[in-house]
Amino acid sequence: MNPAFHKLKDRIAVVGVGNTAYGNFPHTDDYGLGAEAFRNALADCGLEKNQVDGLGVCRLPYYARMGEILGLNPRWTVQFPAHGRMSAMAIIEAAAALDAGLCDYAALIYANIGRSRRVNYGGEESPGVWDPFGFTSPGAAHAMMFQRHMALYGTTTRQLAEVSVAVRHHACLNPDAVMKQPITIDDHEAARPITMPLRLLDYCLINDGAVCLILTTKDRAKDLKKKPVMISGIGAREAYTGSSISNFNLNFWHDEVQDVAQQVYGMAGVGPNDVDALMCYDNFSPTVLFSLEGLGFCKQGESGSFVEGGALRVGGRLPTNTDGGHLSNSYMQGWALNVEAVRQVRGECGARQVKDAEVVQFVATTPCSRSIIYTPG
Amino acid sequence: MSSMKPRPKPDVFNKGFWEAANQRQLTVQRCDDCAHSHYPGTPVCPGCLSSKQSWVPVSGRGTLLSWVRFHRAYWDGFREEVPYNVILVGLEEGPLMISNLLGAEPEDIRIGDAVEVAFETVDDTLTLPKFRPAGAVA
Repeated sequence: MNPAFHKLKDRIAVVGVGNTAYGNFPHTDDYGLGAEAFRNALADCGLEKNQVDGLGVCRLPYYARMGEILGLNPRWTVQFPAHGRMSAMAIIEAAAALDAGLCDYAALIYANIGRSRRVNYGGEESPGVWDPFGFTSPGAAHAMMFQRHMALYGTTTRQLAEVSVAVRHHACLNPDAVMKQPITIDDHEAARPITMPLRLLDYCLINDGAVCLILTTKDRAKDLKKKPVMISGIGAREAYTGSSISNFNLNFWHDEVQDVAQQVYGMAGVGPNDVDALMCYDNFSPTVLFSLEGLGFCKQGESGSFVEGGALRVGGRLPTNTDGGHLSNSYMQGWALNVEAVRQVRGECGARQVKDAEVVQFVATTPCSRSIIYTPG
Repeated sequence: MSSMKPRPKPDVFNKGFWEAANQRQLTVQRCDDCAHSHYPGTPVCPGCLSSKQSWVPVSGRGTLLSWVRFHRAYWDGFREEVPYNVILVGLEEGPLMISNLLGAEPEDIRIGDAVEVAFETVDDTLTLPKFRPAGAVA
């Protein structure tokens, strides 16, 4: 346990969240989308633009250009690379900076224009050491893990389908979501094969959009428009050994996520049974299974049966990715899931609202695994 | 067209591996000080940070840990080969390697089965270490 994380318990609040529409927007660019998300997050919390004195940007090309566009000259800036695992890493960095007094109000802005600019996530775009064997793309790494999970534990693709089907159900309840056609387990089984055992419906979307979160300290949060949502728990562990096989871990990052679980639940003073909704980084559907096992919602190898029968739906055993996640809402690389966590705690989610959601957890099971627990302020 | 397939990019830290592969020898990098074995090559030993490391031959024996089948061609050079297999092998000496299975399809064997290296000559300057089921006739 990292004692510094305990120190941050319930000291930092998310006070404003904003997002753009999600889709294909060739008429603008990442800065344009980022500015719109920032404007929406400001309106959400009622803060004046010039009170923002901390700026974190992710997947935007250049922090200074973003600052210039927004007319901001902050005293804290961090640029995060365009990797999916960065959202909770950035939120934790901002929380630590706020607590240390490096800034008073931090805006974190993420923008993605992968759809309109035809990003592929493989091949010549991302050269790697295994290319001569035809191995490329994060999806293939997850297919490699899921094949092994099937062999070790008897997990089936019909069980995996439960993840895609549940989050699509949520997307159908979310007016912002990209994908709004309900799907069935049979649809999942018949979808176009990409890198088997994974098919199209196991893959995240690629779409344009942007997200902004504004954070501040507990005391400052009291003066803003909405009830603050507190960061009550944080957990973190990297797995860099063996990462030459990108986005892959032979044991599904189980040890690392168990470590994250111990930290985040210990700090928040809750356990898996207390979690009202889970926002789970779903770059590919198997990640959700690995996350459930690592966090202790079930034993290792038992996630397939855990998710059966619609367990991940709102109203089910563990409502998961209630906005539709990366698979069906929007590929905002964890950022929109953190926004959804905040909105669930606030009770703003309409048809997809989890009743009395008080403990909402984000988790990203990746080479940099992270979890955050959000609770009402 | 096979010439459009991606090729290894030998650099100061991995050229020993590809030179040995061209001699049909599978190697991993081993630390001269602490014997830590790893692949791909690194500028210092991840175990003890020593700069003294060598490419040493390994047995070529390993275990099939997982596999996938690409139905999408991410490079034009692989377009005519889809759906092709890619396997994950755990070498007897520890390091993991990504490669392809020759002489059988992964559907026909099991995760956990033994495999052994089988070199595939691409051209005069490139030989790729691939694998086949252990004991299969070459």
